[in-house]
Amino acid sequence: MVPFSGWDMPLHYGSQIEEHHAVRRACGIFDVSHMLAVDVEGSAALAFLRALLANDAARLDHAGRALYACMLRDDGGVLDDLICYRRGDACYRLVVNAGTAEADLAWLRAHAGISGEAPEIRARRDLAMIAVQGPTAQATLATAIPAARELLAGLRPFHAAALAELFIARTGYTGEDGFEILLPAERAVALWNDLQSAGARPCGLGARDTLRLEAGMNLYGQDMDQSVSPLESGLAWTVDLSGERAFIGRDALTAIASPRAFLGLLLLDPGVLRAHQAVRTRHGEGVVTSGGFSPTLQRSIALARLPAGSVAGEEVTVDIRGRSLRARVVKPPFVRHGHAMVEL
Amino acid sequence: MNTPEELRYTSSHEWSRLEADGLVSVGITDHAQQALGDIVYLDLPQPGRKVSAGQDCAVVESVKAASDIYAPVAGEIVAANAELAAAPETVNSDPYGAWLFRIRPDNVADLDGLLDAGAYRQVAESESH
Repeated sequence: MVPFSGWDMPLHYGSQIEEHHAVRRACGIFDVSHMLAVDVEGSAALAFLRALLANDAARLDHAGRALYACMLRDDGGVLDDLICYRRGDACYRLVVNAGTAEADLAWLRAHAGISGEAPEIRARRDLAMIAVQGPTAQATLATAIPAARELLAGLRPFHAAALAELFIARTGYTGEDGFEILLPAERAVALWNDLQSAGARPCGLGARDTLRLEAGMNLYGQDMDQSVSPLESGLAWTVDLSGERAFIGRDALTAIASPRAFLGLLLLDPGVLRAHQAVRTRHGEGVVTSGGFSPTLQRSIALARLPAGSVAGEEVTVDIRGRSLRARVVKPPFVRHGHAMVEL
Repeated sequence: MNTPEELRYTSSHEWSRLEADGLVSVGITDHAQQALGDIVYLDLPQPGRKVSAGQDCAVVESVKAASDIYAPVAGEIVAANAELAAAPETVNSDPYGAWLFRIRPDNVADLDGLLDAGAYRQVAESESH
Protein backbone atom coordinates (compact mmCIF):
# COMPACT_ATOMS: atom_id res chain seq x y z
CA MET A 1 0.00 0.00 0.00
CA VAL A 2 1.25 3.48 -0.79
CA PRO A 3 -0.10 6.93 0.06
CA PHE A 4 -1.59 8.61 -3.03
CA SER A 5 -3.18 12.06 -2.83
CA GLY A 6 -4.50 11.37 0.65
CA TRP A 7 -5.63 7.83 -0.10
CA ASP A 8 -3.97 4.52 0.74
CA MET A 9 -3.76 2.58 -2.50
CA PRO A 10 -2.27 -0.78 -3.46
CA LEU A 11 0.66 -0.63 -5.88
CA HIS A 12 -0.15 -4.19 -6.85
CA TYR A 13 -2.01 -7.21 -5.49
CA GLY A 14 0.89 -9.61 -6.12
CA SER A 15 2.52 -9.02 -9.49
CA GLN A 16 2.26 -5.76 -11.38
CA ILE A 17 3.26 -7.42 -14.66
CA GLU A 18 0.64 -10.18 -14.33
CA GLU A 19 -1.99 -7.54 -13.62
CA HIS A 20 -0.88 -5.59 -16.67
CA HIS A 21 -1.16 -8.64 -18.91
CA ALA A 22 -4.58 -9.50 -17.46
CA VAL A 23 -5.92 -6.17 -18.75
CA ARG A 24 -4.35 -6.61 -22.20
CA ARG A 25 -5.57 -10.21 -22.56
CA ALA A 26 -8.73 -10.59 -20.46
CA CYS A 27 -10.09 -8.30 -17.75
CA GLY A 28 -8.72 -6.35 -14.80
CA ILE A 29 -10.49 -4.19 -12.21
CA PHE A 30 -9.22 -1.05 -10.51
CA ASP A 31 -10.56 0.71 -7.44
CA VAL A 32 -10.39 4.31 -8.61
CA SER A 33 -12.63 5.75 -5.91
CA HIS A 34 -9.96 8.34 -5.21
CA MET A 35 -11.15 10.21 -8.29
CA LEU A 36 -13.91 12.69 -7.58
CA ALA A 37 -17.19 13.13 -9.44
CA VAL A 38 -18.47 16.70 -9.51
CA ASP A 39 -22.02 17.28 -10.70
CA VAL A 40 -22.71 20.57 -12.46
CA GLU A 41 -26.40 21.27 -12.95
CA GLY A 42 -28.79 24.04 -13.84
CA SER A 43 -29.79 26.10 -16.83
CA ALA A 44 -26.39 27.83 -16.82
CA ALA A 45 -24.38 24.59 -16.63
CA LEU A 46 -23.44 24.42 -20.30
CA ALA A 47 -22.41 28.07 -20.59
CA PHE A 48 -20.36 27.65 -17.42
CA LEU A 49 -18.52 24.57 -18.73
CA ARG A 50 -17.91 26.21 -22.10
CA ALA A 51 -16.14 29.03 -20.26
CA LEU A 52 -14.16 26.80 -17.90
CA LEU A 53 -12.98 23.97 -20.20
CA ALA A 54 -10.54 24.18 -23.12
CA ASN A 55 -12.57 21.59 -25.00
CA ASP A 56 -16.09 22.62 -26.01
CA ALA A 57 -18.82 21.03 -23.88
CA ALA A 58 -21.28 22.02 -26.63
CA ARG A 59 -19.89 19.03 -28.54
CA LEU A 60 -21.88 16.92 -26.12
CA ASP A 61 -24.88 17.08 -28.43
CA HIS A 62 -26.86 14.37 -26.69
CA ALA A 63 -27.21 12.97 -23.19
CA GLY A 64 -24.77 10.13 -22.56
CA ARG A 65 -21.83 11.56 -24.51
CA ALA A 66 -18.46 12.11 -22.85
CA LEU A 67 -15.68 14.60 -23.57
CA TYR A 68 -12.03 14.66 -22.43
CA ALA A 69 -10.96 18.19 -21.54
CA CYS A 70 -8.43 20.30 -19.69
CA MET A 71 -9.28 23.06 -17.26
CA LEU A 72 -6.78 25.91 -17.57
CA ARG A 73 -5.48 28.87 -15.65
CA ASP A 74 -5.52 32.29 -17.26
CA ASP A 75 -1.91 31.75 -18.35
CA GLY A 76 -2.81 28.49 -20.11
CA GLY A 77 -1.31 26.19 -17.44
CA VAL A 78 -3.24 22.96 -16.91
CA LEU A 79 -5.18 22.90 -13.63
CA ASP A 80 -6.48 19.42 -14.33
CA ASP A 81 -7.54 17.02 -17.04
CA LEU A 82 -10.97 15.50 -16.66
CA ILE A 83 -13.84 13.75 -18.37
CA CYS A 84 -17.08 15.66 -18.73
CA TYR A 85 -20.23 13.55 -19.16
CA ARG A 86 -23.56 14.95 -20.25
CA ARG A 87 -26.22 13.21 -18.18
CA GLY A 88 -29.27 15.21 -19.20
CA ASP A 89 -30.36 18.53 -20.63
CA ALA A 90 -28.75 20.75 -18.02
CA CYS A 91 -26.98 18.06 -16.11
CA TYR A 92 -23.27 17.32 -16.40
CA ARG A 93 -20.78 15.26 -14.43
CA LEU A 94 -17.04 15.93 -14.27
CA VAL A 95 -14.63 13.25 -13.06
CA VAL A 96 -11.42 14.86 -11.81
CA ASN A 97 -8.08 13.70 -10.39
CA ALA A 98 -7.74 13.03 -6.66
CA GLY A 99 -4.67 15.22 -6.18
CA THR A 100 -6.36 18.24 -7.71
CA ALA A 101 -9.93 17.66 -6.50
CA GLU A 102 -9.95 20.29 -3.75
CA ALA A 103 -8.30 22.93 -5.90
CA ASP A 104 -10.64 22.10 -8.80
CA LEU A 105 -13.70 22.56 -6.60
CA ALA A 106 -12.40 25.87 -5.31
CA TRP A 107 -11.71 27.02 -8.88
CA LEU A 108 -15.12 25.93 -10.16
CA ARG A 109 -16.89 27.65 -7.27
CA ALA A 110 -14.81 30.81 -7.59
CA HIS A 111 -15.86 31.08 -11.24
CA ALA A 112 -19.45 29.92 -10.79
CA GLY A 113 -20.82 33.25 -11.98
CA ILE A 114 -18.58 33.59 -15.05
CA SER A 115 -21.41 33.17 -17.52
CA GLY A 116 -24.19 34.80 -15.56
CA GLU A 117 -26.35 32.65 -13.37
CA ALA A 118 -24.33 30.17 -11.26
CA PRO A 119 -24.90 26.45 -11.76
CA GLU A 120 -25.18 24.08 -8.83
CA ILE A 121 -21.80 22.43 -8.17
CA ARG A 122 -21.88 19.30 -6.04
CA ALA A 123 -18.91 17.13 -5.02
CA ARG A 124 -20.08 13.52 -5.01
CA ARG A 125 -17.90 12.05 -2.29
CA ASP A 126 -20.69 9.55 -1.67
CA LEU A 127 -19.77 7.77 -4.89
CA ALA A 128 -17.12 5.09 -5.38
CA MET A 129 -15.64 4.24 -8.77
CA ILE A 130 -14.53 0.92 -10.21
CA ALA A 131 -12.83 0.57 -13.62
CA VAL A 132 -13.35 -2.70 -15.51
CA GLN A 133 -10.84 -2.89 -18.35
CA GLY A 134 -9.76 -5.38 -20.97
CA PRO A 135 -10.98 -7.26 -24.06
CA THR A 136 -13.41 -9.34 -21.97
CA ALA A 137 -14.59 -6.39 -19.83
CA GLN A 138 -18.08 -6.33 -21.33
CA ALA A 139 -18.75 -10.03 -20.75
CA THR A 140 -17.23 -9.93 -17.27
CA LEU A 141 -19.25 -6.91 -16.23
CA ALA A 142 -22.43 -8.45 -17.68
CA THR A 143 -21.83 -11.54 -15.54
CA ALA A 144 -21.37 -9.40 -12.45
CA ILE A 145 -24.41 -7.20 -13.23
CA PRO A 146 -26.83 -9.35 -15.29
CA ALA A 147 -29.36 -6.50 -15.45
CA ALA A 148 -26.81 -4.39 -17.36
CA ARG A 149 -26.21 -6.91 -20.15
CA GLU A 150 -28.22 -5.14 -22.85
CA LEU A 151 -27.14 -1.69 -21.79
CA LEU A 152 -23.47 -2.70 -22.01
CA ALA A 153 -23.91 -4.24 -25.44
CA GLY A 154 -25.41 -1.00 -26.75
CA LEU A 155 -23.09 1.45 -25.00
CA ARG A 156 -20.69 3.11 -27.47
CA PRO A 157 -17.13 4.14 -26.58
CA PHE A 158 -16.97 7.47 -24.73
CA HIS A 159 -20.63 7.25 -23.80
CA ALA A 160 -22.30 6.67 -20.46
CA ALA A 161 -25.71 5.53 -19.23
CA ALA A 162 -27.48 5.21 -15.91
CA LEU A 163 -28.86 1.96 -14.57
CA ALA A 164 -30.78 2.65 -11.36
CA GLU A 165 -28.11 4.06 -9.03
CA LEU A 166 -25.21 2.94 -11.23
CA PHE A 167 -23.55 5.33 -13.68
CA ILE A 168 -21.78 3.24 -16.31
CA ALA A 169 -19.34 4.84 -18.75
CA ARG A 170 -17.46 3.16 -21.59
CA THR A 171 -14.23 4.97 -20.80
CA GLY A 172 -10.89 4.08 -19.29
CA TYR A 173 -7.20 4.69 -18.88
CA THR A 174 -5.67 1.56 -20.36
CA GLY A 175 -6.05 1.61 -24.16
CA GLU A 176 -8.43 -1.35 -23.99
CA ASP A 177 -12.18 -1.62 -24.18
CA GLY A 178 -13.67 -1.10 -20.75
CA PHE A 179 -16.01 0.62 -18.39
CA GLU A 180 -15.87 2.96 -15.42
CA ILE A 181 -18.71 2.57 -12.96
CA LEU A 182 -19.72 5.18 -10.41
CA LEU A 183 -21.93 3.84 -7.65
CA PRO A 184 -22.86 4.51 -4.03
CA ALA A 185 -19.79 3.78 -1.95
CA GLU A 186 -21.64 1.27 0.24
CA ARG A 187 -22.30 -0.91 -2.82
CA ALA A 188 -18.73 -0.89 -4.13
CA VAL A 189 -17.39 -3.86 -2.18
CA ALA A 190 -20.23 -6.11 -3.36
CA LEU A 191 -19.64 -5.16 -7.01
CA TRP A 192 -15.89 -5.65 -6.61
CA ASN A 193 -16.46 -9.14 -5.21
CA ASP A 194 -18.95 -10.00 -7.96
CA LEU A 195 -16.44 -8.87 -10.60
CA GLN A 196 -13.75 -11.03 -9.04
CA SER A 197 -16.13 -13.99 -8.99
CA ALA A 198 -16.79 -13.32 -12.67
CA GLY A 199 -13.07 -13.70 -13.38
CA ALA A 200 -11.72 -10.14 -13.24
CA ARG A 201 -8.26 -9.67 -11.76
CA PRO A 202 -7.70 -6.89 -9.19
CA CYS A 203 -5.04 -4.45 -10.43
CA GLY A 204 -3.09 -1.81 -8.52
CA LEU A 205 -1.66 1.61 -9.24
CA GLY A 206 1.48 0.09 -10.77
CA ALA A 207 -0.35 -1.66 -13.60
CA ARG A 208 -2.57 1.38 -14.05
CA ASP A 209 0.57 3.41 -14.72
CA THR A 210 2.22 1.01 -17.19
CA LEU A 211 -1.08 0.50 -19.03
CA ARG A 212 -1.76 4.21 -19.43
CA LEU A 213 1.85 4.82 -20.48
CA GLU A 214 1.59 2.16 -23.21
CA ALA A 215 -1.72 3.75 -24.23
CA GLY A 216 0.05 7.12 -24.54
CA MET A 217 -2.23 8.74 -21.97
CA ASN A 218 -0.96 11.59 -19.80
CA LEU A 219 -0.71 11.49 -16.02
CA TYR A 220 -1.54 14.79 -14.39
CA GLY A 221 1.26 16.07 -12.16
CA GLN A 222 3.84 14.16 -14.14
CA ASP A 223 3.27 14.79 -17.85
CA MET A 224 1.61 18.16 -17.35
CA ASP A 225 0.71 20.54 -14.55
CA GLN A 226 0.02 24.22 -13.95
CA SER A 227 3.37 25.20 -15.44
CA VAL A 228 2.67 23.97 -18.99
CA SER A 229 -0.08 24.38 -21.53
CA PRO A 230 -1.99 21.51 -23.12
CA LEU A 231 -0.38 22.50 -26.45
CA GLU A 232 2.99 21.38 -25.06
CA SER A 233 1.57 18.27 -23.43
CA GLY A 234 0.29 16.34 -26.43
CA LEU A 235 -3.21 17.59 -25.70
CA ALA A 236 -3.76 20.05 -28.55
CA TRP A 237 -6.46 17.70 -29.81
CA THR A 238 -8.48 18.47 -26.67
CA VAL A 239 -8.33 22.23 -27.16
CA ASP A 240 -11.13 23.65 -29.27
CA LEU A 241 -10.07 26.99 -30.71
CA SER A 242 -12.73 27.02 -33.41
CA GLY A 243 -15.20 29.89 -33.38
CA GLU A 244 -15.19 32.75 -30.92
CA ARG A 245 -15.89 30.82 -27.71
CA ALA A 246 -14.21 32.59 -24.80
CA PHE A 247 -12.71 30.20 -22.24
CA ILE A 248 -10.18 30.69 -19.47
CA GLY A 249 -6.67 30.34 -20.89
CA ARG A 250 -7.60 30.86 -24.52
CA ASP A 251 -5.69 34.10 -25.02
CA ALA A 252 -2.54 32.60 -23.51
CA LEU A 253 -2.73 29.55 -25.79
CA THR A 254 -3.07 31.58 -28.95
CA ALA A 255 0.01 33.59 -27.91
CA ILE A 256 2.32 30.53 -27.88
CA ALA A 257 4.40 30.85 -31.04
CA SER A 258 6.31 27.59 -31.36
CA PRO A 259 5.19 25.05 -28.77
CA ARG A 260 7.52 22.30 -27.65
CA ALA A 261 6.67 18.85 -28.95
CA PHE A 262 5.28 16.12 -26.72
CA LEU A 263 6.00 12.66 -28.09
CA GLY A 264 6.91 9.11 -27.19
CA LEU A 265 10.35 7.52 -26.89
CA LEU A 266 11.26 3.91 -27.53
CA LEU A 267 14.57 2.96 -25.96
CA LEU A 268 16.80 1.14 -28.44
CA ASP A 269 19.57 0.18 -25.97
CA PRO A 270 19.00 -1.94 -22.84
CA GLY A 271 17.88 0.08 -19.81
CA VAL A 272 14.82 1.78 -18.41
CA LEU A 273 13.63 5.31 -19.14
CA ARG A 274 12.44 7.25 -16.09
CA ALA A 275 10.88 10.64 -15.50
CA HIS A 276 13.28 13.64 -15.38
CA GLN A 277 16.01 12.05 -17.54
CA ALA A 278 17.50 14.50 -20.03
CA VAL A 279 16.91 13.87 -23.75
CA ARG A 280 19.42 15.21 -26.29
CA THR A 281 18.09 15.91 -29.75
CA ARG A 282 19.37 17.75 -32.80
CA HIS A 283 16.93 20.55 -31.87
CA GLY A 284 18.17 20.93 -28.29
CA GLU A 285 17.45 19.31 -24.95
CA GLY A 286 14.19 17.78 -23.77
CA VAL A 287 13.06 15.79 -20.77
CA VAL A 288 11.32 12.49 -20.04
CA THR A 289 8.05 13.19 -18.23
CA SER A 290 6.95 9.56 -17.74
CA GLY A 291 9.05 6.50 -18.36
CA GLY A 292 9.07 2.84 -17.58
CA PHE A 293 9.18 -0.67 -18.84
CA SER A 294 6.44 -1.79 -21.21
CA PRO A 295 5.35 -5.32 -20.32
CA THR A 296 3.56 -5.67 -23.67
CA LEU A 297 6.48 -4.54 -25.83
CA GLN A 298 9.21 -5.85 -23.48
CA ARG A 299 11.01 -2.57 -24.08
CA SER A 300 11.37 0.65 -22.20
CA ILE A 301 9.10 3.47 -23.34
CA ALA A 302 8.48 7.05 -22.28
CA LEU A 303 6.57 10.24 -22.87
CA ALA A 304 8.82 13.24 -23.31
CA ARG A 305 8.64 16.99 -23.79
CA LEU A 306 11.01 17.78 -26.65
CA PRO A 307 12.22 20.95 -28.35
CA ALA A 308 10.01 22.45 -31.06
CA GLY A 309 10.71 20.80 -34.40
CA SER A 310 11.12 17.29 -32.99
CA VAL A 311 9.23 14.70 -34.99
CA ALA A 312 8.59 10.97 -34.89
CA GLY A 313 11.33 8.89 -36.49
CA GLU A 314 14.27 10.90 -35.20
CA GLU A 315 16.92 9.24 -33.09
CA VAL A 316 17.85 10.90 -29.80
CA THR A 317 19.97 10.01 -26.77
CA VAL A 318 18.89 9.84 -23.15
CA ASP A 319 21.26 10.31 -20.21
CA ILE A 320 20.90 7.35 -17.86
CA ARG A 321 23.40 7.24 -15.00
CA GLY A 322 26.15 8.89 -16.96
CA ARG A 323 25.63 6.87 -20.10
CA SER A 324 24.11 8.05 -23.33
CA LEU A 325 21.50 5.55 -24.54
CA ARG A 326 19.81 5.65 -27.94
CA ALA A 327 16.07 6.10 -28.30
CA ARG A 328 13.70 6.66 -31.21
CA VAL A 329 11.04 9.35 -31.18
CA VAL A 330 7.61 7.82 -31.86
CA LYS A 331 4.05 9.02 -31.97
CA PRO A 332 2.01 7.56 -29.09
CA PRO A 333 0.12 5.35 -28.43
CA PHE A 334 2.56 2.47 -28.05
CA VAL A 335 -0.17 -0.14 -27.58
CA ARG A 336 -3.86 -0.14 -28.39
CA HIS A 337 -6.30 -3.03 -27.97
CA GLY A 338 -3.50 -5.44 -27.15
CA HIS A 339 -1.43 -4.63 -30.25
CA ALA A 340 1.86 -2.79 -30.66
CA MET A 341 1.35 0.53 -32.47
CA VAL A 342 5.04 1.32 -32.89
CA GLU A 343 7.70 -0.49 -34.86
CA LEU A 344 10.15 -2.20 -32.51
CA MET B 1 10.13 -13.51 4.08
CA ASN B 2 12.92 -15.99 3.46
CA THR B 3 16.34 -15.20 5.03
CA PRO B 4 18.71 -18.19 4.86
CA GLU B 5 20.78 -18.60 8.02
CA GLU B 6 24.07 -19.30 6.20
CA LEU B 7 24.20 -15.89 4.46
CA ARG B 8 25.38 -12.46 5.62
CA TYR B 9 23.32 -9.32 5.03
CA THR B 10 23.48 -5.55 4.82
CA SER B 11 20.89 -3.07 6.04
CA SER B 12 20.62 -1.98 2.38
CA HIS B 13 19.20 -5.44 1.57
CA GLU B 14 22.09 -7.21 -0.16
CA TRP B 15 22.99 -10.77 0.76
CA SER B 16 26.57 -12.12 0.62
CA ARG B 17 27.73 -15.70 0.35
CA LEU B 18 31.34 -16.79 0.80
CA GLU B 19 31.98 -19.37 -1.91
CA ALA B 20 34.46 -22.27 -1.68
CA ASP B 21 36.89 -20.42 -3.96
CA GLY B 22 37.10 -17.47 -1.57
CA LEU B 23 34.93 -15.17 -3.71
CA VAL B 24 31.85 -13.44 -2.31
CA SER B 25 28.62 -13.72 -4.31
CA VAL B 26 26.22 -10.79 -3.87
CA GLY B 27 22.48 -10.57 -4.55
CA ILE B 28 19.39 -8.88 -3.16
CA THR B 29 17.19 -10.36 -0.44
CA ASP B 30 13.75 -11.85 -0.73
CA HIS B 31 12.44 -8.85 1.21
CA ALA B 32 14.09 -6.48 -1.29
CA GLN B 33 12.72 -8.22 -4.38
CA GLN B 34 9.23 -8.18 -2.88
CA ALA B 35 9.49 -4.49 -2.13
CA LEU B 36 10.81 -3.66 -5.61
CA GLY B 37 8.21 -5.66 -7.50
CA ASP B 38 8.78 -7.20 -10.93
CA ILE B 39 12.41 -6.72 -11.92
CA VAL B 40 12.98 -5.87 -15.57
CA TYR B 41 16.58 -4.73 -15.98
CA LEU B 42 19.97 -5.12 -14.31
CA ASP B 43 22.90 -2.77 -14.69
CA LEU B 44 25.88 -4.87 -13.54
CA PRO B 45 29.46 -3.76 -12.85
CA GLN B 46 32.43 -4.41 -15.13
CA PRO B 47 34.82 -7.12 -13.87
CA GLY B 48 38.11 -5.62 -12.76
CA ARG B 49 36.51 -2.70 -10.97
CA LYS B 50 37.73 -1.97 -7.42
CA VAL B 51 34.98 -1.19 -4.94
CA SER B 52 34.93 -0.07 -1.34
CA ALA B 53 32.40 -1.31 1.21
CA GLY B 54 29.11 0.54 0.80
CA GLN B 55 29.96 1.84 -2.67
CA ASP B 56 27.15 1.67 -5.24
CA CYS B 57 28.17 -0.66 -8.03
CA ALA B 58 25.02 -2.03 -9.68
CA VAL B 59 21.43 -0.98 -10.36
CA VAL B 60 18.30 -3.12 -10.22
CA GLU B 61 15.37 -1.68 -12.15
CA SER B 62 11.88 -2.90 -11.40
CA VAL B 63 8.62 -1.83 -12.99
CA LYS B 64 8.48 0.62 -10.10
CA ALA B 65 11.89 2.23 -9.81
CA ALA B 66 15.65 1.99 -10.09
CA SER B 67 17.53 0.89 -6.97
CA ASP B 68 21.25 1.13 -6.28
CA ILE B 69 23.06 -1.98 -5.10
CA TYR B 70 26.02 -1.49 -2.77
CA ALA B 71 29.15 -3.57 -2.38
CA PRO B 72 28.89 -5.32 1.01
CA VAL B 73 32.68 -5.57 1.37
CA ALA B 74 35.72 -3.94 -0.24
CA GLY B 75 37.49 -5.78 -3.02
CA GLU B 76 37.59 -6.33 -6.76
CA ILE B 77 34.62 -7.24 -8.91
CA VAL B 78 35.66 -10.41 -10.70
CA ALA B 79 32.39 -11.50 -12.34
CA ALA B 80 28.97 -10.17 -13.30
CA ASN B 81 26.11 -12.59 -13.91
CA ALA B 82 25.44 -12.12 -17.63
CA GLU B 83 22.94 -14.98 -17.66
CA LEU B 84 20.90 -13.20 -15.03
CA ALA B 85 21.03 -9.92 -16.94
CA ALA B 86 19.27 -11.74 -19.79
CA ALA B 87 16.53 -13.02 -17.44
CA PRO B 88 16.20 -10.39 -14.68
CA GLU B 89 12.86 -11.80 -13.48
CA THR B 90 14.89 -14.63 -11.91
CA VAL B 91 15.74 -12.19 -9.12
CA ASN B 92 12.04 -12.32 -8.16
CA SER B 93 11.60 -16.06 -8.44
CA ASP B 94 14.92 -17.16 -6.90
CA PRO B 95 16.52 -14.23 -5.03
CA TYR B 96 19.19 -16.32 -3.29
CA GLY B 97 20.15 -18.22 -6.43
CA ALA B 98 20.33 -15.01 -8.45
CA TRP B 99 23.77 -13.59 -7.69
CA LEU B 100 24.44 -10.27 -9.40
CA PHE B 101 28.23 -10.10 -9.13
CA ARG B 102 31.18 -11.68 -7.35
CA ILE B 103 33.82 -9.84 -5.35
CA ARG B 104 37.33 -10.99 -4.43
CA PRO B 105 37.36 -9.45 -0.94
CA ASP B 106 40.38 -7.49 0.25
CA ASN B 107 39.81 -9.05 3.64
CA VAL B 108 37.56 -12.07 4.08
CA ALA B 109 37.10 -11.18 7.75
CA ASP B 110 35.07 -8.12 6.61
CA LEU B 111 32.16 -10.51 6.14
CA ASP B 112 32.00 -10.99 9.89
CA GLY B 113 31.09 -7.32 10.20
CA LEU B 114 27.86 -7.83 8.20
CA LEU B 115 24.47 -8.70 9.68
CA ASP B 116 23.50 -12.29 10.40
CA ALA B 117 20.05 -13.57 9.39
CA GLY B 118 18.42 -12.71 12.70
CA ALA B 119 19.73 -9.14 12.74
CA TYR B 120 18.70 -8.62 9.10
CA ARG B 121 15.19 -9.91 9.77
CA GLN B 122 14.83 -7.19 12.41
CA VAL B 123 15.94 -4.54 9.93
CA ALA B 124 13.54 -5.79 7.27
CA GLU B 125 10.63 -6.09 9.68
CA SER B 126 11.15 -2.62 11.07
CA GLU B 127 10.91 -1.26 7.51
CA SER B 128 7.74 -3.19 6.76
CA HIS B 129 5.82 -1.38 9.49
